[in-house]
Parts: sequence; structure tokens; C-alpha cells
Amino acid sequence: MTVRQQVLVLYLGTSALDSPVVCWSVYDGTGRTSPTTGDSDEPPYKSGVHALEDGWRLFQAAQLIPPYPGGEYDVSFLKHEFFFEKLVEVG
Amino acid sequence: MTDTQQPPLLSSVQMARFVAHGSLRLDAVVPAEMNAEAIGFLGRGVPGVPYGSTVPDAYPEGSFVRRLLGIPAVAGALRGLVGPDPRVDHHAVHIREPHEGRAQPLHGDAIIDVRTDAFDVQLMYYPQDVTLDMGGTLSVPGSHLRRTNESDTGRYQNLLGQSRLVCPAGTVVFLHHGLWHGGRRNESDAVRYMFKIRFNPTVRQRRLWDTSDLGHPRVAEELSTSFPWYEPATGRLEMYNRVLLWRSLTGDESFDLEHWVTRVSNRPQGDAA
Repeated sequence: MTVRQQVLVLYLGTSALDSPVVCWSVYDGTGRTSPTTGDSDEPPYKSGVHALEDGWRLFQAAQLIPPYPGGEYDVSFLKHEFFFEKLVEVG
Repeated sequence: MTDTQQPPLLSSVQMARFVAHGSLRLDAVVPAEMNAEAIGFLGRGVPGVPYGSTVPDAYPEGSFVRRLLGIPAVAGALRGLVGPDPRVDHHAVHIREPHEGRAQPLHGDAIIDVRTDAFDVQLMYYPQDVTLDMGGTLSVPGSHLRRTNESDTGRYQNLLGQSRLVCPAGTVVFLHHGLWHGGRRNESDAVRYMFKIRFNPTVRQRRLWDTSDLGHPRVAEELSTSFPWYEPATGRLEMYNRVLLWRSLTGDESFDLEHWVTRVSNRPQGDAA
């Protein structure tokens, strides 16, 4: 049996896994699909928990890091990043 | 612009919308005959000009680009955003080939640019009708104040409330230099063209538009616009930074939205009686 990894990255509205999805990315190690930038306006799940319910396994979550002194009001990257995976049989 | 004496200036409401969204869209402002002319030569490219050229030096009188910049709606918008006599940073023709495999990663142009009292604009001109499958430019409204460097945002494929440009031929869009954007994958049979010019201001960007409506309630309404992709907490910081930009553009140091800046700036120095 050969398995490949599919990766789902969800960015949520707060640090809570059950908060709404505001940004998403998909990478497909099976090669069956080729997700890319700007290919969908609809998020695949409403929240991180909805992804869990569909079988995605959480393997990394962004740490909560205090703002750098002097940069407390700066805006930059999305903060609440969650990586999920599915292992899919191929061949 | 030297070509146009009295271009229609932007209103304060339009400027406020630009400050909130980071872009200004002018649909079908370029006439059909110019669009046909552009499609005829954009595929061959447009020779570069030295960084910092004046508009007359970069684009001689009567040239296509000079005529493009002389269209009243275009001239007025450019005048309101960066003022008279901006310099041409650079220009480029962007071509998305049919059925190409990948989109551009989401990015801001040039390098991280954290100026709070000045900004460049990028004019993007679309000479043909752009349909959804032609890979029109993806942009993320309200992303222009984010402090990120070029394509470090490439991991973000889709954001809630993103803009996937679909527009009629002759549309011109002005982007704040920091706006996250990228050419999408062209899944059609047609070549898609876009011509871009980056402009640098040469004057202080303060009250360069028609400010007769500066006190209109819609100004604050536009500035208060939130976007679906904002995390609620960071969305409040967006308002804070927008207030600072609006103060810089208007010179009104008392302007605020919902007390966001005033509250955290309050440091009374007087002793209690």
C-alpha cells in the first residue's frame, strides 16, 4: 500500500480551533489535483473543528506570541494558522 | 498631468474608500479603439524607461501611454492619489498564457514598504474583457497596510472576501503599493494582458483631491469598512492604522474612528487639583 499526504492549511478568526475560517490553502501529495492561488471563493470548512469532523488530522498550530515591543499596533501575517493532513492511498 | 488641465478629482468619499480597500477601480474608462490598439502591441512588450522618469520623458506626447494617462478619469484619480507630476517608477506588461499551470503567489510588489505618510500607486490597465476563467488579478481588499515582504504571503491561496477581477475592457485599477495581489491561473483559451505602471509621488500626499465633502458621514463609513478575512482582533488594529493614514492625508490630527487611536494615546500630564 502506498500512501501520500494531503495538507490543508486553515487560518482562523481567533486562536480557537472552532472559530471561523478566514483563509485556506490545500496541497495535494497525490498529484490528483493542483490547487493554486485564487482558485476558490468558498472555504472548504466553516471552522477548524469542521475539518476534524471530516477526517483531517491536526498536526501543527500557530503559537501565541506577544507582539514585539514597539510593534503592538502593526498588522502583518495572519496569526491563527492550523495545519491538517490526510493520508490517502494511491496506486 | 500636463495633458489634462481640469481632470475630475476624486471625492473624499472615494479617497476614504481607497484608504480602506487599498484600491480604486474605474470600469471601462478607456475607449474601445484604444483597447484594440493596446492589444495590438502589448504582446510585443513595452520598452522600459529609467527609474524615476517624468511622465513627459517616459511617454512622449501622442504616445499610447500618454493618451491613457490623459483620460480624464485616469488623470483625476492619479492626481488625487499621488498628486501632480508623479515619477514613473517602472512599467511592465503582464501576460497570462492560456491554460498555464499555476497562479502567481500572493505578493506585494517591490520590497516591504512601511511608509505611513506616503505611498506609491500602481496603475493596472486591462484592455480586454476579463472573465473569471481568464485568471484576472487576485487582490485582497484591505491588505495594503500589512507589514509583509513580497511573496512571503505565498502560502495564502484564498482569503474570505478576496477579489478575483472580472471586468469590462478598458478598466483601470489603482492599487496602493502594499496591496496583496497576484495573477491567477488562466484556464481559458485566450491570452490575458495587463499593463502596469508604478508611480512615485513628488509632493506631500495631503488633500490632493476634492475635499469639499470631507465632513460627509460616508467618509467615516468607508473608513470603517471591515473585510471578511480580517481576524476580529487584528481588524481593530486595521482601523487604528487606517486612522493614522487618514490623519496624514488630511492633516486632521483629531480624526478618529470609535476612539481607537485617541484611547490608547491618552496620557494626561496635568496633576490633579
